[in-house]
Amino acid sequence: MDHPQALAAERTRVEIVDCAKTYPGGAQVLRPTTLTVEPGEVLALLGPSGCGKTTLLRVIAGLIDPDRGGRIVFNGDDVTSRPIEQRAVGMVFQHYALFPQMTVEANIGYGLRVRGIAPDRIRQRVGEVIELVRLGGLEQRRPAQLSGGQRQRVALARAVAVQPRVLLLDEPLTALDAKLKEALRDELAQLLRDLHITAVHVTHDQNEALAISDRLAVMQAGRIVQVGRGEDLYRQPGHPFVAEFLGRVNRLRVDAQGGLPLGGVKLHCPAALAIGDTVLLRPEDVQVYTGAMPAQPVHRAGWGQARVLQRTFLGDRVHLRLSVAGQADAIVSDQSRDCPAAAGDMVYIKIDPSRLMAAALKDSA
Amino acid sequence: MKTAQRGRVDTPVLLAITVAVTLFTVLPMLVSITAGLTNNFSRGLASGLTTRWIEEVWALYGSTAWRSVLLALACVVVGLLVGVPCAWALARSQTRAARLFEEVLTLPVAVPGLASALALILAYGQIRGFRQSFAFILVGHVVFTLPFMVRTVSAAFARDDLQSLDEAARSLGASFMQRFLGVLVPAVAPSIVAGSLMVFTLSVGEFNLTWMLHTPLTRTLPVGLADSYASMRIEIGSAYTLVFFIVILPILWGMQALARWIENTHGSSPGARR
Repeated sequence: MDHPQALAAERTRVEIVDCAKTYPGGAQVLRPTTLTVEPGEVLALLGPSGCGKTTLLRVIAGLIDPDRGGRIVFNGDDVTSRPIEQRAVGMVFQHYALFPQMTVEANIGYGLRVRGIAPDRIRQRVGEVIELVRLGGLEQRRPAQLSGGQRQRVALARAVAVQPRVLLLDEPLTALDAKLKEALRDELAQLLRDLHITAVHVTHDQNEALAISDRLAVMQAGRIVQVGRGEDLYRQPGHPFVAEFLGRVNRLRVDAQGGLPLGGVKLHCPAALAIGDTVLLRPEDVQVYTGAMPAQPVHRAGWGQARVLQRTFLGDRVHLRLSVAGQADAIVSDQSRDCPAAAGDMVYIKIDPSRLMAAALKDSA
Repeated sequence: MKTAQRGRVDTPVLLAITVAVTLFTVLPMLVSITAGLTNNFSRGLASGLTTRWIEEVWALYGSTAWRSVLLALACVVVGLLVGVPCAWALARSQTRAARLFEEVLTLPVAVPGLASALALILAYGQIRGFRQSFAFILVGHVVFTLPFMVRTVSAAFARDDLQSLDEAARSLGASFMQRFLGVLVPAVAPSIVAGSLMVFTLSVGEFNLTWMLHTPLTRTLPVGLADSYASMRIEIGSAYTLVFFIVILPILWGMQALARWIENTHGSSPGARR
């Protein structure tokens, strides 16, 4: 038991089969959902508030019963009828829910104590977990005497001390301030890798989901819209909601022939994307050139012209709002912080058509 | 800083008002205590100080003091055993019946004690052993004090973080009793102590109900007080007040110290402080 890998009892495949949740009033907060979390995988349930992600997590945990017919299966073992006490899940709550009157040590050992495990064994296991989450020296502190980051680590340690079959995290970083959040995000991602444990992680923060998870399930209005690796979903979203939720987008107007007017030039928009009259494009995919462009005819190189409406310096980058002939709405672009463009300047812009994304679903066009 | 400076400007006025109000409220107590210590109150302090009246009160009514303290402690114990689980149930239940029960539970506070007492006598007065026992008064006191325990503790149990604590303990495999005694009750310990203090204080001072329910063998401190006021000289009544203070104040101070200690060791969940 000297390697953290051994802290997870087994690597569990979690199958969510046809799980829906309808409340007595008739509101279906979770549509019938089927999803498999592979053994050792960290999966994020990502979506805005009210999308059903927390409900789904609580269904997996056993805190909410799915509607009739829904099943939760851990490694072939149907646990649907078992309450959370008997599911062997580890849970990290949004505000950590640490037992306030207990020390760090007692909090982490709680799950082992209620199982009636021998005190020697408990001390040993608690020691291992404390080392894993680097809480050495704080064993006798109470939760009120800890920082936000330390509390989060205690919550994680308490959840994994009992060797759960699956780890469930409910907005584990939301209670922290922005700077700490970023540091702890990477730390949590590393810890989950070290643990080799199957984990489901609920968040509304796309950066958190991208950083921590192997795969993302993006949810909207009670259903999973798309599941996939974060990078794939970001680059090639299969649904406009996914495109917009995972990052910022420009909405560009396309004419009836599939042409994209762009400040004097017209790009050809791939037919598969030109559903309706708009396409989506990420701000970092709008290239801006500020120098003079002599000798080269603008249209030949595919560069269009734009006027800078606003320049916002954001420290690590410069954010531009551009007015482009042929487009009704301003186009936003992210440039390096050295970009010299100022409000009122004329600049050249270029777009790689392969970076365009569909703004609507095919069948809804 | 600004408010502190303004406070300084207002201080002499505020101080004068505070002193005046304090004197006005404390003076009757001081007069009463003095009366219990003077040989003859109608002749004033000139008649000399004495502990004669206190000794007399102690000889006549000493037993009521301990009975009152015991009764109040019994009330607290019943409040803990019945009120705390009841508070949990009420905090968790969303049903209409639970809200109705809460209202009914509070009724004895609004209804004059005399009426509650009469109802108890009409219903159970025929059961001789019960009617004449200490338990009869205890029942009356519990009816009157229980809502204070239940209300205080159920407000604490209803906090969102308590729900999360319960779920966290469940996820770690704890049974209901393990959660209730090991996690939930300790988490609301400060509220339970506050409720206990309230129950103790209310029970010790309760007169209305007790006056109707008592028998010569089950007199409590306030009932004895009324008796002495009605039938003895004013010095004895006043000395009785003094005895009341001497018996009750150390206990209250002790309980408050305990409450502070528990508050310090059982700081509420950090997540709840937002």
